[in-house]
Amino acid sequence: MAHDHEAHHASPAAGPLWGMMAEFHDPAALTHAAEHVKQAGFVKWDVYSPFPVHGMDEAMGLKPSKVTTIMAFMCVAGFSLAWLMQWWMGAVDYPIPVAGKPLFAWEQAMPILFESSVLFSAFGAVFGMLMLNLLPRWNHPLFGKQRFLRVGDDRFFIAVEAADPKFTEASVRVMFESLGGTHIDRVEEEA
Amino acid sequence: MTTMQPDQATALGLTRLGAPGGGFDPETLDGTLVSDPALRPPFVLGNRDFHSVTNTICGWIENPTPKWWMPAFAVASGIAGLGTVMIVFLIITGVGVWGLQNPVMWSWDITNFVWWVGIGHAGTLISAILCLLKQKWRTSINRFAEAMTIFAVICAGTFPGIHIGRVWMAWMLFPIPNSNWIWPNFRSPLLWDVFAVGTYFTVSLLFWYMGMIPDLATLRDRAVARMGVKVRLGPIGLPGMGFLDNITNKIELPLNTVAAYAYGFLSMGWRFSTRHWHNYEKAYLMLAGISTPLVLSVHSVVSFDFAVSIVPGWHTTIFPPYFVAGAIFSGFAMVLTLLIPARALYPGMKDFVTARTIENMCKIITVTGSMVGFAYMMEFFIAWYGGNTFEIQAFVRRAFGPYWWAYWIMVSCNVICPQVFWFKWARTNIPFIFLISILVNVGMWFERYVILTTLSGDYLPSSWGYFSPTWVDIFTFVGSLGIFMTFFLLFCRFLPMLALSEVKNVMPQANPHWSGYNKGHDTHPKHAKSGGGH
Repeated sequence: MAHDHEAHHASPAAGPLWGMMAEFHDPAALTHAAEHVKQAGFVKWDVYSPFPVHGMDEAMGLKPSKVTTIMAFMCVAGFSLAWLMQWWMGAVDYPIPVAGKPLFAWEQAMPILFESSVLFSAFGAVFGMLMLNLLPRWNHPLFGKQRFLRVGDDRFFIAVEAADPKFTEASVRVMFESLGGTHIDRVEEEA
Repeated sequence: MTTMQPDQATALGLTRLGAPGGGFDPETLDGTLVSDPALRPPFVLGNRDFHSVTNTICGWIENPTPKWWMPAFAVASGIAGLGTVMIVFLIITGVGVWGLQNPVMWSWDITNFVWWVGIGHAGTLISAILCLLKQKWRTSINRFAEAMTIFAVICAGTFPGIHIGRVWMAWMLFPIPNSNWIWPNFRSPLLWDVFAVGTYFTVSLLFWYMGMIPDLATLRDRAVARMGVKVRLGPIGLPGMGFLDNITNKIELPLNTVAAYAYGFLSMGWRFSTRHWHNYEKAYLMLAGISTPLVLSVHSVVSFDFAVSIVPGWHTTIFPPYFVAGAIFSGFAMVLTLLIPARALYPGMKDFVTARTIENMCKIITVTGSMVGFAYMMEFFIAWYGGNTFEIQAFVRRAFGPYWWAYWIMVSCNVICPQVFWFKWARTNIPFIFLISILVNVGMWFERYVILTTLSGDYLPSSWGYFSPTWVDIFTFVGSLGIFMTFFLLFCRFLPMLALSEVKNVMPQANPHWSGYNKGHDTHPKHAKSGGGH
C-alpha cells in the first residue's frame, strides 16, 4: 500500500516532498510507535490524534509547555496596569473626593486588580497557546490527504518531516512498517 | 472496534449494562446508577466507538434541521424581538416607563441582571471547578453549560446597560479617555461590577471558544469530505409557509462548502497535532485554574453592589458566599431545564448525558439549595442577634410585610423544593426533575426581587412605598428569556453541543493500556462497569 488511490484528492500537481505519514490502529499502537520514533532520534515529527492521548507527551519526550510562563507575565502585566490605572485616574488625573475617603487604597483597588490579572492571564493562556502552536494557519501539507480528514474522528497518525536531518524516504517507510503503521504515504507540499 | 449502527449498539449496551437477565433494570436505569462505589459506571453508553460518537454529535448539526427547531426558533426570536422593542421603547421614552420610583430605585432591571449572571455561574463551575476536581461526568455537559453561561451573561449585561437612564452615555461605565477628561470612580462597587462581569464574559467566551477549536476542526474535516455535494433546502417547516415548499424543494445550495470554510476559519487550522495538544491541554487546565477563583469572585462582586451600601438588609457580610451558592444553585437548575428537553429531542444524547449525570446535578442542587436555605436562616438570626432595630425591621418586613408573598415563594422554591432530591426516585424521575429545575429558577428570581424590594422600607417611614412593575418591566424580562433561547437554539443548530475530544478521552478505548473488548479469549464484551477512562 505504497500509494493510496484516494491519497491525492485535491491537487494532482504535487510539490516537493514534505514528509511521510503512517496510520496506526489505536492509542496503544500509537504510543508504542511514538516511543520508537523518538528513540530513533527524529526531531521534526509529530503525532496526530482526535484527542490528547494520555502519556503521549512523555512518549514523545515533549518539554513542559511554555503557556504557564506567558500566563505568569500576563498576570503581572494585568495586575500592574490595573494598579496604575486606578491610582493615576482616581488619585492623580481626576481626583473625586467622596466622604473624606482616601483617593486610592489597595483595599478598594483589590477587586479590579484581581479581575484584571485574571483577564490578562486568560488572554495569555488562549493567545499564548495559539502563538506557541503557530496558529492560526489555514494551510498544511497534511490537509491535502484524504485519509487525514478522519484525524478529528477516529484515526491516529504519525508524520515525519523531510526537513528532519535523519529523514530518508526509504528508512522512514521501513520504520513505519516495522512499527505496524498502515497506509504509509508520501506527503507533498502544495505545488 | 464495532461497525454496528449507533442504535443497535445502544440497545446492546443497555442490555449488557442492565440486569443479568438482560433488559431494562429499574434499579440502575441505564446502568450508570450503581450504588457500589467500587464500580465505575461508563461515561459513554451504547458500546460506541470513536466514529459513532463523532457521527452522533456531528449529526445533530449535519442532518436536516429537526422538525421542532424552526417553530421553536420562530417563537424564541419573536419573544426576543418583543424584548428588543421594549428596550427601544425605554430608550426613546425614558426609564419612567418602568415602575421604578422613590424609594425603590432598583427593581426588575437589577433583579434580572443578578438572576442572569447567577445562572451563568453553572457553566464555569462545570467547566472549571469540576475539571480541577477531575469529575469526568462533566465532559458531556460542559460545552452545553458554557454556552448557557455566555448567553446568560449577554442577557445580564443588557440590564445595567439600559437602566442607567441615558443609555447613550453607557460608555462612561468604562475608563475610556473622553473630551471631558473625567474618569470613573474606582472606589465604587458598581465599577468593580463592570470589571467583574466584563472579565467574566470575556474569560468564559475564551474558554468556550478554545474548548471548541478541535471540535470545529472535526466539523471542518467532515464538511470538506462532503464539499462537492449540494444541499437541498427542503420545506421551511413553519405552519402557514407550505405554499413555498414547491420553490424551496428545488433550491440547492453549496452549504457544505460554506460549512467547510466557516468551520475552517473558526478552527484556526487545528490539525490535531500532539505538539499542539500539549500546549492546549496546559492552557485549558490553567484556564480552569484561573476561572475557579474568577467564578467565585464574580457573584461576590455583584453582591458588593448591595453589601457595601448602608441599606438595612443589604449591609451584611454573608452576601458574597450566599450569592455565589445561589448562583450555582440557579445555574444548575437552568442547565437541567435546557438539558432535559435537549436530551429527549436529540437522538443518542442519552448515551452521553446519562442518568448518573442528571443524578449528580440533582445532588449539587440539593447541596447549594441547602446552603441558600442556611443563609436565609442566618440572615434572620444575625438581624435579631445584632440587635439593630432597622435590620430587624427589614427582615421582619421581608417575611411578613407587603412582599410576604414573594418571600414565601422564594422559601418554598429555594429551600423546600431542592430537598426532594434526598430521595432516589426524585433524582431519577426526569419530568419531576424538570419541574423542580423550573421552580428553582422561579425561586431564585424571587430571591433577588425580595432583596431589592427591601428598598421599599428604608430608614424613613415617610418615604416607604410599594413597587409594582409596569407592562414594560414584565415584557423586557420575558424578552430577555427570548434573547437567551434564540442564542441557545442557534448554538444547538450550528455548534457542537458536546465536547467531542473530551468525551472521546473519557472512553475506555482512549486509554493506551486498554486491551479492547474483543481481544484475548473472551469473546463476550468485557463488562463495561469497570471501564471509564483511566
